[in-house]
Amino acid sequence: MEIQTKVDQSIHEHTFFQGVKDCLPTLLGYISIGLAFGVIGITSNLSVLEIFLLSVLVYAGSAQFIFCGLYVAGAPVSVIIITTFIVNLRHVLMSFTVAPHLTRYSSLRNIGFGTLLTDETFGVAVTKLSKENRLDGNWMDGLNLTAYLTWIASCTIGGLVGKWLPDAQGLGLDFALVAMFVALLVLNLVDVGKNKLMHYLKLIGWMAIIMYILSYFLPGHLAVLIATVIVASIGVVTEK
Amino acid sequence: MTTTVAMVLIILGCALVTWLPRIFPFMLVRNVKLPNIVLRWLAYIPVCILSALVIESLINSEGKFVTLNWVNVCAFIPTLLVAIKTKSLSITVVIGVVTMAIIRNFT
Repeated sequence: MEIQTKVDQSIHEHTFFQGVKDCLPTLLGYISIGLAFGVIGITSNLSVLEIFLLSVLVYAGSAQFIFCGLYVAGAPVSVIIITTFIVNLRHVLMSFTVAPHLTRYSSLRNIGFGTLLTDETFGVAVTKLSKENRLDGNWMDGLNLTAYLTWIASCTIGGLVGKWLPDAQGLGLDFALVAMFVALLVLNLVDVGKNKLMHYLKLIGWMAIIMYILSYFLPGHLAVLIATVIVASIGVVTEK
Repeated sequence: MTTTVAMVLIILGCALVTWLPRIFPFMLVRNVKLPNIVLRWLAYIPVCILSALVIESLINSEGKFVTLNWVNVCAFIPTLLVAIKTKSLSITVVIGVVTMAIIRNFT
């Protein structure tokens, strides 16, 4: 029976194209935030080329926005780089979560998986993981490359045509990202079973309390990072 | 469509510090077998980080007191209900955006 399941799994290896398809629901988020970034970049006196380079090389929404803010404020280079580092430090946790499921692939491919990891692709990947308990390299590449190319295109187009775009806030497009996180959170809780669900809901309660307290003295991105470390530890300690 | 050497260097610096945290764990787990307790801890990261990101968007820490961001909370509730009901990423995103557009334009 178990052997049969294993055979079935190898037959149904998730393809590159399936990864592209699973990325599609997140694209509205990438497109709206990317366009918004292009507009902010231009108003922060960045050139379209610089906007393009940031989206290709930094490839991190929140870090890119903060880059603009600091650049406009005339912050020293060291501050810009250190802040970018801190804002993206949560990727360490995300990579650590995903990486153990992809060790069967080469170093080079693993560098590829890590390089293109974002909040959103992480969310989609762990949702896949919670459903099927495994990840396939080609599927990851399809997911990652679709997100990456969409992000670069959206940022660059935002920089080129930003002046003529309608106000994204009025259209509610900036909320696409939050809505996506909500959906990914729910999808991660769907298959966990009743006892575990109660445990997770309690942890989310802890998360709300700890995020609230930390927000008094930490910027949002650091509060997210530290609260995650604390609550995951509470999770391990309180599990039955 | 121009830039300066200085700017390219800043961007490269930022690229390096966002790249290393992303690839370091992928390199480490190839060479080191993570202890069981770490793997159990990592199993909590998805729900923790996703809920932290959602909660971050629901609070407003600009003022003296940390308060709820009511506009986002109002859009969050129907979005959450739709997510639970449909379990669909795309439907949830569309409903979330439409709800937010309605709140911003009619209140």
